Amino acid sequence: MRTISVALMGLLVMATAPFAAAQKLNACGATFPDPIYKKWFSEFGKTHQGAQINYEANGSGGGVKGVTNGTVDFGASDMPMTDQELAAVKNGKILHFPTVLGAVVPIYNLPGVTQELKFSGPVLADIFLGSISKWSDKRIAADNPGVKLPDEEIVVVHRTDGSGTTFVWTDFLAKVSPEWKSKVGAAKDVSWPKGLGGAQNAGVTGLVKQNPNSLGYVELVFAVQNKMGHGQVKNANGTFVKASVETVTEAAAGAAKNMPADFRVSITNAPGKNAYPISSFTWLLIPSKFSDPAKARQVKEMLHWVLTDGQVFCAGLSYAPLPLAVVTREEKQIDAIH
Amino acid sequence: MATATATVKVVKTSTQTGDIIARWVVTLFAASLLAMAILLVYELVIGSADARAKLGIWRFLVSTRWNPVTEDFGAAPFVYGTVVTSVLALLISVPFGLGAAIFLSELAPARISNALTFVIELLAAIPSVIYGLLAIFTLVPLMRLYIEPFLKRTLGFLPLFQGTIYGVGFLTAGMVLAIMTVPFIISVSRESLLAVPRDQREAALALGATKWETTWQIVVPYAKLGILGSIFLGLARALGETMAVTMVIGNDPSIHASLLAPGYSIAAVIANEFSEAGGKIHPAALVELALVLFCLTILINGFARLMIMATTSKGSKRP
Repeated sequence: MRTISVALMGLLVMATAPFAAAQKLNACGATFPDPIYKKWFSEFGKTHQGAQINYEANGSGGGVKGVTNGTVDFGASDMPMTDQELAAVKNGKILHFPTVLGAVVPIYNLPGVTQELKFSGPVLADIFLGSISKWSDKRIAADNPGVKLPDEEIVVVHRTDGSGTTFVWTDFLAKVSPEWKSKVGAAKDVSWPKGLGGAQNAGVTGLVKQNPNSLGYVELVFAVQNKMGHGQVKNANGTFVKASVETVTEAAAGAAKNMPADFRVSITNAPGKNAYPISSFTWLLIPSKFSDPAKARQVKEMLHWVLTDGQVFCAGLSYAPLPLAVVTREEKQIDAIH
Repeated sequence: MATATATVKVVKTSTQTGDIIARWVVTLFAASLLAMAILLVYELVIGSADARAKLGIWRFLVSTRWNPVTEDFGAAPFVYGTVVTSVLALLISVPFGLGAAIFLSELAPARISNALTFVIELLAAIPSVIYGLLAIFTLVPLMRLYIEPFLKRTLGFLPLFQGTIYGVGFLTAGMVLAIMTVPFIISVSRESLLAVPRDQREAALALGATKWETTWQIVVPYAKLGILGSIFLGLARALGETMAVTMVIGNDPSIHASLLAPGYSIAAVIANEFSEAGGKIHPAALVELALVLFCLTILINGFARLMIMATTSKGSKRP
């Protein structure tokens, strides 16, 4: 009896062996690409023998920490890792793979104003610095001729948690305002001169929706999904551009020409007639060395799929797909994983 | 005269061994609790070492800056926010709580008293996130549209009620904390009041006191210990409350005189920033803030104990 049950167990284990090829991978990181990653990983699982990739959106910082300490198989971040962070990685190198493009948009709540507002970079910086305190300020009116703006104080809303969204926003402000650059700087978490703080994109959206005369910043996807009016921003060429899949892709196209080999680049305030100035890549942080060769294979398959078949899902979720030139270069980097 | 000395031989029966084992086990439990407390302090001290070395203890306590980019951190705005919201919470909840407790113990018929107490104890068990959520959707608009403009109109000459009205801020956070501490105060105070012996009440009434005089001058002072205990229990909850506070306080790390302004509390900033805090100094500064909160709690509890000891020795309690 015993030998029969042992034999049966053996058969069972052998029968499950082919399924062992489908790996379970754990990842964590940025909240911005969370919707598209979840969609991708579920689609990837459907077409690849039930491969399971768990993605937890706990913030770009969480993604960086995860790959640095090796607690996850790979991470994701809206901000490329700094040289300091890369030096702290324990086992091997981390490779950056841009996956999608996103944008950060200014959202506002102005009861009675139905037109879309236009913001120029220095004006946004001064609003967040506190130098411009009222909606009726001349400089905002100059960008928005014909719009009746209330003589009310601007309620500034920012993030409380460290975030790649904040990095992209402050990176843009640092580029257009030397005062912002010296006083505040660009980082995932900064010392905000003024304003209310909301936790994550949802918190900022909530505070803006609740407070009349407020101005905040969120990822484009969140603004679209919550049907929030978002403003146009003046780009480096002087045109006021509204964030959309096309305008964001145009921002990336310009940057693709001068992309560094490790793909760590900022594309805020990019040149281009209709380029949206507050755009950014978001990256997957992939270790170059995996202790389990099956996992390495799975990750490479996933990356290949994400860069080719996966890109069709982007537009439906308001993410801009990668320019072809970037994809070609990334495919070469996949070979560096082993 | 011979005194009969009986020598009793101690027989080690199984009950004796059981006793010894039981004693060791409960001693172990008590010791482990003490060990946990010591470990907690140890971890707080070790975790904050980087920040204490760079920022200095005194400078950290008085600095109002909180800059993750230049790694310059200061605890003052957070200590201010924690203390202000907690004091505000007590100021609002103690009169309500004590009043309700007096009603439930002295005035209400037994059936109503028991039913209401049951409901109030349920309220005490509701998770704080739910209070926070309720506050965002109901209390904050209420404050922004009605209560804060009213306060600004009538009491606006005081610096406490000046400035822009956001709906979120110290006042709203204090109110949410008050709503959360009231059930504790009611439930414990009511028990203390019910524990006052009947003869005290009857003696007072027999001497010609009115019902109110009896309650306020005899019963409540007799139950002072329990009532004070309930207040400090409520204060302890208010000091450490995280989620409900961060949802309604505005999360602005600065000190404002006005209660209508946004602020920040220690627990809220730790909850918001710890998971993303990078580098060495930022997390260490947050741990140092936790150490500050720990010391604040110890100070307040110590003060509570002293106060209780002082009032007890005055002979206003047990025969």
